[in-house]
Formats: sequence, C-alpha cells, structure tokens
Amino acid sequence: MEAILNKIRLTLPSANSFDFASGSAITKMFRSWILAGTGILVFLFMWHVAASNINTSLGQFPGPTQVWEQVGSLKADYQREKQRERDFMVRQQERNAERLAVDPDYDARIRPYTGRPTFVDQVQTSLLTVGFGFFIATIIAIPLGIICGLNSSIYSAINPLIQVFKPVSPLAWLPLVTMVVSALYVSDSEVFTKAFVTSAITVSLCSLWPTLINTTVGVTSVDKDLINVSRVIQLPAHLHVTKIVLPSAVPMIFTGMRMSLATGWMVLIAAEMLAQNPGLGKFIWDEFQNGSSDSLGRIMVAVIAIGLIGFALDKIMLLIQRKVSWDKTAVLR
Amino acid sequence: MQCYLELSNVGIEFNTNNVPFKALSNVNLKVNKGDFVSLIGHSGCGKSTILNIIAGLHQATEGGVILEGRQVDSPNPDRAVVFQNHALLPWLTVYENVELAVKQVFKGRRPASEVKGWVEHNLDLVSMTHAKDKLPHEISGGMKQRVGIARGLSMEPKVLLMDEPFGALDALTRAHLQDELMRIHSSLNNTVIMITHDVDEAVLLSDKIVMLTVGPEASIGELLEVNLERPRDRLALADDTAYIGYRNDVLRFLYGGTH
Repeated sequence: MEAILNKIRLTLPSANSFDFASGSAITKMFRSWILAGTGILVFLFMWHVAASNINTSLGQFPGPTQVWEQVGSLKADYQREKQRERDFMVRQQERNAERLAVDPDYDARIRPYTGRPTFVDQVQTSLLTVGFGFFIATIIAIPLGIICGLNSSIYSAINPLIQVFKPVSPLAWLPLVTMVVSALYVSDSEVFTKAFVTSAITVSLCSLWPTLINTTVGVTSVDKDLINVSRVIQLPAHLHVTKIVLPSAVPMIFTGMRMSLATGWMVLIAAEMLAQNPGLGKFIWDEFQNGSSDSLGRIMVAVIAIGLIGFALDKIMLLIQRKVSWDKTAVLR
Repeated sequence: MQCYLELSNVGIEFNTNNVPFKALSNVNLKVNKGDFVSLIGHSGCGKSTILNIIAGLHQATEGGVILEGRQVDSPNPDRAVVFQNHALLPWLTVYENVELAVKQVFKGRRPASEVKGWVEHNLDLVSMTHAKDKLPHEISGGMKQRVGIARGLSMEPKVLLMDEPFGALDALTRAHLQDELMRIHSSLNNTVIMITHDVDEAVLLSDKIVMLTVGPEASIGELLEVNLERPRDRLALADDTAYIGYRNDVLRFLYGGTH
C-alpha cells in the first residue's frame, strides 16, 4: 500500500511546485481514493465467493459478474423498448397519412405508446414520487417546526402527537392512504395518478418527522443573547424569524431534511412494493414474481441503484445546504 | 429633585423547579443624566440581573425602575444593551449588524435616507469603518466588541447598558477600548451603566461605583462617588493619591471580609 502511494507521489510531475499544504491535500485525496477503491474490491471479492456458495430455487445467487451482465441486459431492454416506441409512432404517422390521403376529413390522432415500463422509467417514477412526497413533507414540517420552536404551548400540544406518529411504519399507513386517496382524489393527469399520489403521501407521512423535530430543536436553541438583541431593538415577529431564528436554525433544519429524504427514499421502495405502485419497488416485486434465472441479478441491480440514488440525493442536499448556509467554513458531513 | 433613572426597592425572586430563590432585594439607586455608573461585585451576586431588569429583559418582582418619570418593564431601544459576548449576528456583516438595529429604531422617527450615514457615523466612532463589510468571525474579539458598542450607541439610547463589555478581552485591548469608551462618553455625554469586576476599570471610567453585597438577597453595599478630573489618563492616575484611595476603597469592600 505504502509503496503504491510513494509511486504516485513520485509520478506526480509538479509535486514540488505545490506548496506544502496543497501538496499534502492532494496525497490525502489520493490516499482516500485508494482506500475506498480497496474497500470496494475486497467487498466484490467476498461477494463473489459468498454468492458462488449460495444456491436458491432460482439458481445460484448472483455474483458481481452476473449483476454486471444484468446491467447490460436492462440497458438493452431499455433501448429495445425505446426503439419499439419510435417504431410505433412512425407506424401511426404512416397509417394516419394513408387514411388522410383517402379521406381528408379523417380526424388524425396520435395515441401515446403504452409499453412495459423499463428500469429507467421505474427509476424516474420513483424519483418523482420521492421528490413530491419530500416536498410536501418539507413545506409542512419547516413552518410547523418554527411555530413549535417559538411557542412552548403549541409545542406541548403537538409533541405527544409527534411522539406517537413518528415511529409508525409506512406499511401501516399505506392501506389507509390508499383508501382515502381512492375516495377523495379524482384526476385524469398522466403524472399525478392515484398510485403516484398514494406513494407520495405515504412518503410524506413518514419523512415529515425528522425535519419537524430538528427544526423545532434548531429554533429553540437559538443563542439567548441574539434573542435578547431582537427584544431590545423590538424586531417584529416576521423579521425576528427571518433575520435571527431561521439563519440560526439552518444547520439543524438541513440535518432534519437530509434524514427525512433518506427515510422517504427507504419508505418509498417498501410502499411501491406493497401497493404495486409504479417505481423501483414494483420493479423488484415483479422480478421476484417473475422468478426467472435472471431475476435475482436484476433485483441486485435495483438494490445497488437504490443505494447509489440515495447517496446522490444526500449529496445534492449537502450542496444545497452549502449554498444556503451562512457559515461557509462549517464542515458538513 | 427627580433624577434621570431611578431604581426603587427593586427585588427579584426566581422560581427554579418550584424552589424560590431571592436574588436581589431592596436595590435603590439614582443615576443622573450623563453619569457613568459601574456595578461591581463578586460573581453571581446579581450584577447582570440588575442590568437585565433595567433593560426590561427581566421583570422585577418587587419595586420598579423609573426612567425620565416613566416606569419601564419591557425592553426598548432607549435602553440599549452591549452584551458581554458581543452578540453580533454571525450571518450579517459588521455594517448589516448595526444597520439592522438602526433601521428598526429609526422607523417612524427619522427618514430612511439617513440610515446609511448614521450607521457609518457610529462605526466611525468606534474606528471600525475599515471592516464594515467583514463578517463577525473574520474580526478579532476586541473589534467585535467595538461593533457591539457601535450598535448600542446607534440606537441613541437614554441609557447605555454594558454587561462586562471588556471581560473577554486581553489586557492591552481592554485598556485601548476603555480609553475609547471614555473619549466617546466625553463627546456624547451619554448615561452609561456598566458591569465590571475589574477594580481599575471601575475607578478609571466611573463617576459612581455601585458595590454589591454577595447574594442571595444581594443589595447595594456601598456607593462610591469618584471625583477625578476628566479627561482621565491611566498613566497619570497610576500614582495619583486620590485614585489610589478610591481603588483601595473598592478593594476593601470586595475583599475586606465584611461582605
């Protein structure tokens, strides 16, 4: 390990032109990359060995190579489906043109393609659902958290409800949400289907709590001196919130939002699986029911995709936090 | 004769976990316009509590505070506070910190067009114009405290309340800021009440030194009038017999064992 590092140091041509600090920062970066790479390689190897020793009724448990093959196969599926869609559209246009040539009064229509959703479609649906659910949760949780943090009476009134509903699993909510949405929600929208709304609301119900609790704590822990400053200069309520409370609470609010988004993403997969709402969860369930020799490999692709997307979502939140936070020197992790 | 600021029979009782604790009792104090008054006493004797009662941040449970003939019981910019730990908003620049206070206090009193000039004037008073666009974490502790003082002065308070303003500073910075405070006080002639536990600081700056007994039920033990010529110079006063006398009076009170 040390030898490799030294080699890299030696092969860095301009190493001497850097000052000490940035030079060591670069070696540090290399070091962490190499360590991360090693960790992944060791994991892949152990996975490979373990997988070849597990035999299920659907065949051998997929190792890294089989999963990689499935990535290719899913990609091919996607391209094939896209080609079909294009062909379908071309056929429609040709047919319409023919009929118009015969009968100029013919009402030509283009019908949307209704093929099987591909893996990419399912990922898009899931992202849209979690985004919408998280958005609803956030616009409820942050204002409510600020109110709870500012007013201890309201907090005392709401706190028991928070404590009771916080630990409830999404799967317990799901039947209720499904029934309520079917009863109350009517829409012909392509995007906001009933299934979509059901999943999104289930996500909201579960991802509300971390943001709400962290916002409350953030607001209550504003520096006492700053609150006294606000009292002495008699800041009106809206300025007190925007100038003093919110900037102080931003780090806590973001911690809460990141936890909420992570919870929401986890909840979504379970909800989609159980409710047969479109998305990654449904993809996994369909593959499981399908039970071909490729299924486990495809599910493993979905597992890794879920992990990578969750990781990416957290990174995006971190970037937003860095943009919004006043304290540019704070170390965010 | 009616005086400018009067505390009459002020007492306060705190209720922590249903255990009553009487922190102050029978505090009587008269302050004239333009006076520089120091409150001195051991830690925990209730100096800050008195200041907070005058500021309106705490409510006295007995007696009351009268400023210019009117009782005060809530915070108001006419009693600006300079906090021990500067209490600047870390997300606002030096200029914006003062501006926030000025905008609020000027509202309805003076035209908005004067805000900028007044903020800059006050930063100039404490020699901080050069750093007006810096954030608090980019400047030193002494500079932050100057900005805190500028913010206090910018409200044109009837009484400027200072809670150990130099307590967290090193000796050299402290001496420098004391000199500036004396300069500002002599030019603006504002009424100042300052908490300190530095004997030299108290004697050097004050017209009156209020010495507090040890709590609970702390009260005013002695009142010392400091009749030294202004402007005062710390070097010249170092060997001054009157100065040394006042200094010893305070030291005897604090460490004499009777309190």
